[in-house]
Amino acid sequence: MEQSWRQAKGLFAALMSAPLVWLVFFFFVPLGIVWLYSFGENRGLIDIAFTGTWSNYAKALEPLYLGIFAKSLWVAALTTFLCVVIGFPVALAITFAPDKWKPWLLLLVMLPFWTNLLIRTYALIAVLRSEGYVNQTYQFLWNNASGLMTLIGLQPLGTFQPLELLYNNFAVVLGLVYVHLPFMILPLYSTLDRLDRSLLEASLDLGAGHIRTMFSIVIPLAGAGIASGVLITFIPALGAYLTPDLLGGTDSQMIANVIESQFKRANNWPFGAALCFILVYLTFIGIAIQGLLDSSAKKRGMA
Amino acid sequence: MTSSRTHASRRSLLQGLGAAAVGISFGGLSACSQGASSSGGEGNKLNFYNWDTYIGTNTLSDFKKAAGIDVNMSLFATNDELFAKMKTGNSGFDVIVPSNDFVERLSQADLLLPLDHAKLPNLKNIDPAFLDVAYDPGRKWSAPYTWLVLGIGYRKSKMPAGFKPDSWKYLFDSDQFKGRIAVLSEAGDMIRLGAKYLGHSVNGLDQATIDKVTEMLIKQKPNIKAFHSDDGDKMLLAKDVDLVLEYNGDIAQAKAEDDDIDFIIPKEGSQLNSDNWCIPKDSARPENAHRFINYMMDAQASKHIFETILYPTTNAAGKALMPDSYKNNPIIFPSAEELARCEYAAFDASKAQVYEDAMTRIKAA
Repeated sequence: MEQSWRQAKGLFAALMSAPLVWLVFFFFVPLGIVWLYSFGENRGLIDIAFTGTWSNYAKALEPLYLGIFAKSLWVAALTTFLCVVIGFPVALAITFAPDKWKPWLLLLVMLPFWTNLLIRTYALIAVLRSEGYVNQTYQFLWNNASGLMTLIGLQPLGTFQPLELLYNNFAVVLGLVYVHLPFMILPLYSTLDRLDRSLLEASLDLGAGHIRTMFSIVIPLAGAGIASGVLITFIPALGAYLTPDLLGGTDSQMIANVIESQFKRANNWPFGAALCFILVYLTFIGIAIQGLLDSSAKKRGMA
Repeated sequence: MTSSRTHASRRSLLQGLGAAAVGISFGGLSACSQGASSSGGEGNKLNFYNWDTYIGTNTLSDFKKAAGIDVNMSLFATNDELFAKMKTGNSGFDVIVPSNDFVERLSQADLLLPLDHAKLPNLKNIDPAFLDVAYDPGRKWSAPYTWLVLGIGYRKSKMPAGFKPDSWKYLFDSDQFKGRIAVLSEAGDMIRLGAKYLGHSVNGLDQATIDKVTEMLIKQKPNIKAFHSDDGDKMLLAKDVDLVLEYNGDIAQAKAEDDDIDFIIPKEGSQLNSDNWCIPKDSARPENAHRFINYMMDAQASKHIFETILYPTTNAAGKALMPDSYKNNPIIFPSAEELARCEYAAFDASKAQVYEDAMTRIKAA
């Protein structure tokens, strides 16, 4: 009784029209306008003339901006890598947790989403700053250890120096990992949860150890989940704006911060738009690579 | 710019949420208003676009009692946001509060309505020093509200004995306070003040000077802990840093919380800023807008506002009514001699991009 959409074209069109109109008017049209801006030039304070110039792209490809793109790519890649390393064991642990715990564990993973990103970032500032919770705890331990050492007749530890945790690249990567970890754990979990357990048992029965089973069976089978987790973490991390702005130090500027300054203070929308589109193209490339990996994985699966 | 400085978290909250502005309706029960005297044809309404926490607690309801006009206040967080709204037109706002350089920018872009001084008799309350200013000669486009000056906020107990950081050198060109310095991330302010340190005016900078300042700041970068987005007072209070480039109003508030903090205008001079009342060109209610601005310059109304916001006032009559702790506060009101070394930064359309590129270079270095 299954009916193909071809037999119900009217219904299909009716169902599709609303999201399609939405997509066109609120996504493609604005994006198209930004794309046009990227070929424009400022005329006076308000107007932008669409002259078809490539000068904005030429400027965006200057070493200064390429360097910032490279730095953003590096920070996003590091963030994604750390998310995989931390997220995979967590997702695996949730998969193997008792059924009645699973919803609660997943809830814990998603809990941070209940609070606005900005509030979470400010909370991190409170944790990391010179007199923040980490340094307070560290100082408490330091002083006690120091006291203990004098007690047993050793030299005290010297004066306490707070850890430099905030306003540097470490803080930016920490903030990005913290924010994006759920995006990695959830797709990983959904893949791992559907994994056929009998394959793992087979592997173990046939003499492979746990580690070998993990690397030869679990990780290849979870490839699709890892790929989508990587993509969904990497892309927003690449365009991160708030985290480097609030947690970063003097050299933590990422490309989104430059785009913001071009749209706002520099009042140069055309150049900002060109930078935006380079970022969009980079994203497309990322998605294309994932698509290629996906299809080659499928081919391998069929072979 | 000004109000957001003291409330960086709220400002950024709005940005974080992507909200251009949050409309807050004050006494939105316009239907129940006593409908006292309201100007002909404009109704008894006014749309007011203001900085966050930049008005007296009861000012809007007092104005409603006095003039029978309901004020609907929305908030903006940066001048750029305000400019973007004005640029697209039909914003619906009747009164806005741009900073001095944006008064110039908006008037040059032909987005402001000239003020009718006959409808603003309370201009007589304003300190004459603020009436004829370089950014708006004769006050054609704007009426004065607040003013501010940039300087160095510092923690007294962390300075060597008897030492005051009385030069921009300690922020821009010295490793004496390595890792304990925070400066503004605002490109224009940084380049201009760097030039001021090197003995130039904040205006009319040539490319050679800008490059020199850029090199100096790149060299200084290892000594700087952070480029703060107008929350240097918070960093100073939290003891993250010991020296910050900040506005006097913010440091005055920080000092009220922690007396170990002080403020100094460096000997090389500094940059003044001022926020102003303006009427957008396409305002539908210019009559009401004039009445509102005039009321804001009333001595009693002004006193009430500045009791709440604690920024330096331009209103001499209102200032006279304020307590000594405010009007004799050397941070809020630096000496005339110190102020004589300070200037307003004129708006220069050709420079915004140059400053921004220089700052991008500094941050990427």
